[in-house]
Amino acid sequence: MNKKILIADDEQNIVISLEFLMKREGFDVVVANDGEEAVERIRSEHPDLVLLDVMMPKKTGFEVCQEVKADASLATVRILMLTAKGRDTEVAKGLALGADAYMTKPFSTRELVDKVRSLLEQ
Amino acid sequence: MRKGLAGQRLVAVFIAGLLLLNYPILSLFDRPLSLFGLPLLHVYLFVVWLALIVAAAWIVERGAR
Amino acid sequence: MLPGWLIVAASFAYLLLLFAVAHFGDRRADQGRSIIDNPWVYSLSLAVYCTAWTYFGSVGRAASGGLWFLPTYLGPTLGLALAWLVVLKMIRIARSQRITSIADFVASRYGKSHLLGGLVTLIAVVGIVPYIALQLKAISSGYALLVGEHDSLFRVSAQGGWWQDGTLYIALTLAAFTVLFGTRHLDTTERHEGMVAAIAFESVVKLLAFLAVGIYVTYWLYDGFGDLYARALAVPELNDLLVFDGGGKLGYGGWFAHVLLAMLSIIFLPRQFQIAVVENVNEQHLRRATWAFPAYLLAINLFVLPIAIGGLLHFGQGTVDPDTFVLTLPMAHENAALALFVFIGGLSAATGMVIVEAIALSTMVCNDLVMPMLLRSRRLHLARERDLTGLLLGIRRGAIVLLLLLGYLYFRLAGEAYALVSIGLISFAAVAQFAPAVLGGMYWRGGTREGALAGLLAGFGVWAYTLLLPSFAKSGWLDSSFLEHGLFGLGWLKPEQLFGLAGWDNISHALFWSMVANIGAYVLVSLARVPTGAEATQGAAFVDVLRRAQSRPASFWRSGAEVRELLPLVARFLGQHRTEEAFRAYARAHGLDDVARLKADPELVHFAESLLAGAIGSASARVMVSTVVQEEPLGLDEVMDILDEASQVRAYSHQLEEKSRALEAATAELRAANEQLKELDRLKDDFMSSVTHELRTPLTSIRAFSEMMLEDPQIALEDRQRFLGIIVSETVRLTRLVNQVLDMAKIESGHAEWHNTDIDLCELVRHSVEATQQLFRDRAAVVQLHLPPSMPTLRADHDRLLQVMLNLLSNAAKFVPVGSGRVDVSLRCERDAGGARARVDVKDNGPGIDPAQQPVVFQKFRQGGDERSRPQGTGLGLPISRQIIEHFGGRLWLRSAPGDGATFSFELPLTSAPAE
Repeated sequence: MNKKILIADDEQNIVISLEFLMKREGFDVVVANDGEEAVERIRSEHPDLVLLDVMMPKKTGFEVCQEVKADASLATVRILMLTAKGRDTEVAKGLALGADAYMTKPFSTRELVDKVRSLLEQ
Repeated sequence: MRKGLAGQRLVAVFIAGLLLLNYPILSLFDRPLSLFGLPLLHVYLFVVWLALIVAAAWIVERGAR
Repeated sequence: MLPGWLIVAASFAYLLLLFAVAHFGDRRADQGRSIIDNPWVYSLSLAVYCTAWTYFGSVGRAASGGLWFLPTYLGPTLGLALAWLVVLKMIRIARSQRITSIADFVASRYGKSHLLGGLVTLIAVVGIVPYIALQLKAISSGYALLVGEHDSLFRVSAQGGWWQDGTLYIALTLAAFTVLFGTRHLDTTERHEGMVAAIAFESVVKLLAFLAVGIYVTYWLYDGFGDLYARALAVPELNDLLVFDGGGKLGYGGWFAHVLLAMLSIIFLPRQFQIAVVENVNEQHLRRATWAFPAYLLAINLFVLPIAIGGLLHFGQGTVDPDTFVLTLPMAHENAALALFVFIGGLSAATGMVIVEAIALSTMVCNDLVMPMLLRSRRLHLARERDLTGLLLGIRRGAIVLLLLLGYLYFRLAGEAYALVSIGLISFAAVAQFAPAVLGGMYWRGGTREGALAGLLAGFGVWAYTLLLPSFAKSGWLDSSFLEHGLFGLGWLKPEQLFGLAGWDNISHALFWSMVANIGAYVLVSLARVPTGAEATQGAAFVDVLRRAQSRPASFWRSGAEVRELLPLVARFLGQHRTEEAFRAYARAHGLDDVARLKADPELVHFAESLLAGAIGSASARVMVSTVVQEEPLGLDEVMDILDEASQVRAYSHQLEEKSRALEAATAELRAANEQLKELDRLKDDFMSSVTHELRTPLTSIRAFSEMMLEDPQIALEDRQRFLGIIVSETVRLTRLVNQVLDMAKIESGHAEWHNTDIDLCELVRHSVEATQQLFRDRAAVVQLHLPPSMPTLRADHDRLLQVMLNLLSNAAKFVPVGSGRVDVSLRCERDAGGARARVDVKDNGPGIDPAQQPVVFQKFRQGGDERSRPQGTGLGLPISRQIIEHFGGRLWLRSAPGDGATFSFELPLTSAPAE
């Protein structure tokens, strides 16, 4: 069975590129355009991994991450946070909130794919 | 400020003495009168002198205590 | 009458008793249990003032002038009232400067000058030696009277050669005695506790003796005061004694002058300075002395007139010398025991004076005359390693002997002459010359060395001319014609009527002119120049002594010296043992157990100098110390700086308080500024963070698509086209963002360029609406224009204002509902008190903006409205627009209610345009 990946970002062009990339790598892709939608989709779809943007309307990626990690039923969901704000504090904050990995935009597609694969193999 | 006060009082004694033991006050007592059979001027001088000493003694001994 | 051996034996017995007292005093002092540390002893020792001149002479003067013996004792009474102020200050100064004589005092005050010290010493010696002679005469004539070497009128028979003259032996005996008392050892403070004890003892003896003879005459020979005065009244010749100025020659002015003179001499006679200042062990003793010493004087004067009257009644006028009444009255009544006691009392008065005066003068002669000369001579420096204590003691002892021999010589020469009889007041007038320099030096900083020298010389000169020379002339030693006709026959130069000032007695006359000359020269010469550094230093130390702490502040000399050089230097003059003791005590006081560990700082140098000053005088000490200490004297400016610092401490502390308050205020301001800076920093961080985010977001898409297409040639052409389209639009977005950020930065920093022209706003608004036509058409929205028929032109940057309009219109286009959108753009001219303004409103019928969001929309990167439509904006449009409008002096604002659309408005003043 294919692994399912949720892409949560409010930037349409980024969503398009990530969706194309993940599909090409053979994953099933679900999309959410803001924080609330992301939480809903995670609960309903139980993705194996979430590519979670930090700066999203309605709920930030941090809030989403916190919520997911607080929910025992979602313990298997891996979170890879993506942010355009490259500050160290942001990285530290995300990891402290339970994110499994963190990448800053713009990212290398190859590295992203490698990171996604390694997270899913754990 | 007792010390300062004593000093000022002594200056007052000095000025009083300077006045009482010199012209013109001295001349007021230079009269051919006698007191207890003694010449007025002699009595006056010694009495003023003694008074000055007593005043000074009162000032400094009081302050010393 | 009395056998000579008995008198001599009694005299020697008395002197031995005195010596025993002195020895006891010294021993107690060495044991640290001083017997003179007692206000009564101090008061009694001051009575050294009463010499043989008092003892015998008072009666003599009373017998000729009545009350005129009194000013000499009233003056000290008044002077003592001021002692608590003046003498206290002298004591403090003497203690802090280790001053050992009045010459030292003057020398030290005016920059430690050898010349001044020498001059004061010289004046003192000239003025005092005759006085010593008078004491010798009193003893010798007293002795002669007692042994019966006199005629029936108690006139002493003619004397033989000097080798037969008992007076010489008296002088030598007194010299030996004084040497034993005064120069037993060298002391740093030059105190002689034993001597003081002996003097106090002598004061008691002479008072008792005088009271004894007074009571004997008044109550034994006569029936008390009343009886004596009644008898005197009965004798017409004696009536003059009972009124003020029976002789009629002196007047009240003379009286005042005598009082003043006595008042000065109680401090400035070298022996009085020695006892009152140098020998003082506790300044609190001054309090008791303030009244006890005058009381002593009162007591010793109580019977002066009765004895005088009694003598005159008994012997008759013009027969027996009234100066001898105290002796001759008991002798005439065959009371030999009382006569002997009275003689001992007189001996007491004379020896007391001679001892103290000789010690004081010998110290001055040694420290201020001989030492300076020795220091200048080469030999002393060649013999550097020698112990000089012996030399010092030798000089002092020699000086004492010499002084007494001089006194004897004067006595031999003068004999019964006027010059000796009148010497008491003449001496007083001589030492009164020290008053301006000393008192001026204590209360006025401006006095200089030259001033003091000039004052002393002038005063001394006038004194010599108006008192000393006339006294010589009257003694027949000089041709007396200059007395009557003036020097060179010039009438206005008559010594006793200088410049024609007649009608005064010679003492008042001399006192007046000498003081005029003295004070005048002192002040005028002092004012000729600014005090030097040394003078200013000492001046401040003297004038401000009461204000300073007991311990002297750091020296005004910069110095470098070594303990191993200082100690031997001091030891040469003080002796090894005493010096080491003093240095050890100093070290202990500074918490060090070893002298070698002392730091040779200015304080130690000062300590060594003051030790030396006690032995050889301040001026010589200065010279000696400077031989081992490389000192640079501070310049006047530097000294003044130090002094100013001291006196300005209060002012400074006040300023300091103010400064600290100001500092607090400044701190608060700084804190506020810091907070503001932090806030700005945070804002800048936020801005940077936002810019970063806005830049990275398009870059992310561009990179992702580019990489995918680069790596995967399999991607379908259709996808490729789509991806490339995205890449292009993201690039456009990126470009716009960069432009706007730069634009914003330029406007904010004031580097933006403004091309101002006259603008027709109607045309501009219309143009902007036309330019955005396509946007509205895309959303099927209607734009309504409301333009006035005409509008005044406005001076501004056309492109910038167009930018604002386009921004507002594109914003409106973004938010109007698709299909039913409607935007109203209106322009009008408004006038009120503030002037004419152009106003533009852009009203849409979109969702409106939440009141909480309204202030935010003008902030950078804070976009309002629906996030889904955001990609078209950078979040900088409105902030830039507002900056532009504000640049032209206008304002841009928003009015909106949720659900009821939003209206962005701006107005611009028409009257004034900003500078280009």
